[in-house]
Amino acid sequence: MTSTAATAGLLKPRVRVGEAVERVLGLLIVVGLVAWVIWNFVQEPKLCVSVLLSGLNNGALYALVALGYTLVYGIIELINFAHGDLFMLGTIFSANFLVNWLGFDSPGVAATLALIFTFLVTMAFCAAINMSAEFFAYRRLRRAPKLAPLITAVGLSFVFQNIGLKWNGSTPKQWPSVISTGGFTVGGVLVRWSLIVTLCVTALLLFVLSYIVQRTRQGKAMRATAQDQDGARLMGIDVDRTISFTFALGGAAAGAAAVLSVQTLGTTRYDQGFQFGLIAFTAAVLGGIGNLVGAVVGGVLIGIVQAANDGFPHGFGQEWSQTVVFSILILLLVFKPEGLFGQRTTEKV
Amino acid sequence: MSTSTAMPRPSAGRSVGSYAWPVGFGVAVVLVFVFYRYWLPNIANSGEKLVADWFPITTLNLCVIWAIMAIGLNIVVGYAGLLDLGYVAFWAIGSYTGAWMMSSQFYQVTVHFGAPSSLGPNAPGLHFSFWLVLVAGAAFCALMGVIIGTPTLRLRSDYLAIVTLGFGEIIPQVFQNGDQEHMGFNLTSGTKGIGPIDPIGTGWLSNLKGVDPALGLSSYELPYKFLVYSLIAAFCVFVSLRIRRGRLGRAWLAIREDELAASMMGVSLVKTKLSAYAVGAVFGGLGGVCYATLVGSVFPNFSFNFSITILLMVVLGGMGNVWGVIIGALLIAWINYTGLAQFGNWINDQFNTHVNFTSWNFLIFGVILVLMMLFRREGLLPESRTRLIMREPARTELEVLGADIEAAEAENVAVAEETEEELVAAEPAPRDGDSS
Repeated sequence: MTSTAATAGLLKPRVRVGEAVERVLGLLIVVGLVAWVIWNFVQEPKLCVSVLLSGLNNGALYALVALGYTLVYGIIELINFAHGDLFMLGTIFSANFLVNWLGFDSPGVAATLALIFTFLVTMAFCAAINMSAEFFAYRRLRRAPKLAPLITAVGLSFVFQNIGLKWNGSTPKQWPSVISTGGFTVGGVLVRWSLIVTLCVTALLLFVLSYIVQRTRQGKAMRATAQDQDGARLMGIDVDRTISFTFALGGAAAGAAAVLSVQTLGTTRYDQGFQFGLIAFTAAVLGGIGNLVGAVVGGVLIGIVQAANDGFPHGFGQEWSQTVVFSILILLLVFKPEGLFGQRTTEKV
Repeated sequence: MSTSTAMPRPSAGRSVGSYAWPVGFGVAVVLVFVFYRYWLPNIANSGEKLVADWFPITTLNLCVIWAIMAIGLNIVVGYAGLLDLGYVAFWAIGSYTGAWMMSSQFYQVTVHFGAPSSLGPNAPGLHFSFWLVLVAGAAFCALMGVIIGTPTLRLRSDYLAIVTLGFGEIIPQVFQNGDQEHMGFNLTSGTKGIGPIDPIGTGWLSNLKGVDPALGLSSYELPYKFLVYSLIAAFCVFVSLRIRRGRLGRAWLAIREDELAASMMGVSLVKTKLSAYAVGAVFGGLGGVCYATLVGSVFPNFSFNFSITILLMVVLGGMGNVWGVIIGALLIAWINYTGLAQFGNWINDQFNTHVNFTSWNFLIFGVILVLMMLFRREGLLPESRTRLIMREPARTELEVLGADIEAAEAENVAVAEETEEELVAAEPAPRDGDSS
């Protein structure tokens, strides 16, 4: 396949394996995947459903983090490498806030209220960090070549990681959950309350973000800035404030994901953010970067694929998790660079 | 004698310039070698300890290997402008190629070819000459470079970074899982790693006085290894400098600066980009083989941090300039392995504090990266051409800022550019219009 692409490319300036070949290959991959899923389901249906449910839970978390990537990339075309680590800082903050500072470590009415309060505070915390990162670093690099903000993002990611290391220690920490550990059974499969909470929060945030971007004045300013910063500035839009607001939105989504992560997965690790961020970015690309619904769908898909690979009776197993996720990413970028919901953009001269 | 040519030809100055560096490089390397091999063991105890603390020969060897890596990444990122975030893949491939061909990993067969005689003729496994393994590692990496490069060819810069990053995550994981349990056969021994790796055979040089037949892991042999690695680094520098001036190098610079314009001028994007990946990968492979022989065993601990550190070296030193990149690499590798810890000890001794400086190295690197990007984007020792690009936003960069999420007219760009220049000229801090 590689050599075909290379030789085909030698003849033409743009590299394209024939459209038909590409489509057939893509189709084959999808058909193989579906066949594999059916095969697994026939063998162990109950296990598969519970694996998929846990995948859904992780996927919702990926989706929330992916929203931050997609918002920021959509407006200034920056892959915010520090976003995953921002999420990590959020997990540590929220766990400490709820358990150590507010003092809640078991389910209850007061604990639920405290959890809602924690949501708000953590979202504000992450939004504030993201905004200050934009204010102190990225803002000054808007006119610079693209490599500069990207490397700055990597640098900030290092800084966040070190703060997380000092805050959380070098070993993972376990935290109690204030969401009831039980659930209800549907056809013999346990559906946890935490999954319901996660899905509700994700849906709510997606709805709110879509509303802000599509329906409000600020959202209109965001879309205008994304299209053409100079044009937007000429139209009287405060470009700096708009970009800052976008970073705040992305940070808030990461904060919500952080609280949910601590409540459902129960651990905080200083190096959690990097891998998580990479996978979330993959999700954003999968859904078509710049597209909010796409990011959520991509996140859920990646979560499910990862869970299926890790938990299905005929999966590759957890050791190959990264390989599977990144192979999907690479295949996707080769076959459909614009993502599932993205629009194909043309290169400008 | 030398003044007999009254009229120096125009090319004379240039050729002197381009042949001055091997002499300087050689002298520096030999001085370091002589110092560590002959002088250091004989000088007074306190001085020896000071040098051994601050500049141990192991760290110097590692520095040279990192420099080889940085020179390789400089081809891809600095020359061709393709952001590669998965360069660690080539390091890993090179190291494992070295490990496979110079250890008892494949004990089922016994193949010896130019291996040091100290191994004995019946040691099981593949045992090839170090120099042959270098060639093999480089060739294998070049092939992998082309394989990794091919899917990225039609991607724009950010996606390209992500795909290379993906390969950088996949390949170490393949090595990590390459044991009986996960793959069905023992390719890499998984997390146990491969070792011990053969020492570097010295061949006929061992007839010289004081040279061992094989350069292993003892501290006495490390200065000789320094010579070997420096020779390989010099080869990489030579190749980079020569390619840079040739047709291929100019094609790389052209696609770095404007891909579209370059392809319109007849530069084959496919060939140029793939060759950048391949040449970069070759250097990565050389460095990887060196690393395997220096450490004496290979473990699958290649992480994204390696890629980022190499990128940091390239950016800090000055993208596109081989000498800048080398300085960046030596500096950062030294700080990483010895400098920061020693500096921390020194501070703690001076002020009676107990700060663990090495635990802050991520923070320090992160802050350095951000500050460099904010205040000296072009690096410590930039190429003049890069400095211009990094200072002045290129026309294409302005377009990128106003890039189309949906579709925007190309005509706006020229207008927007002029407007922006006027805005910048009119106000010291460009704010938007409605704040008044």
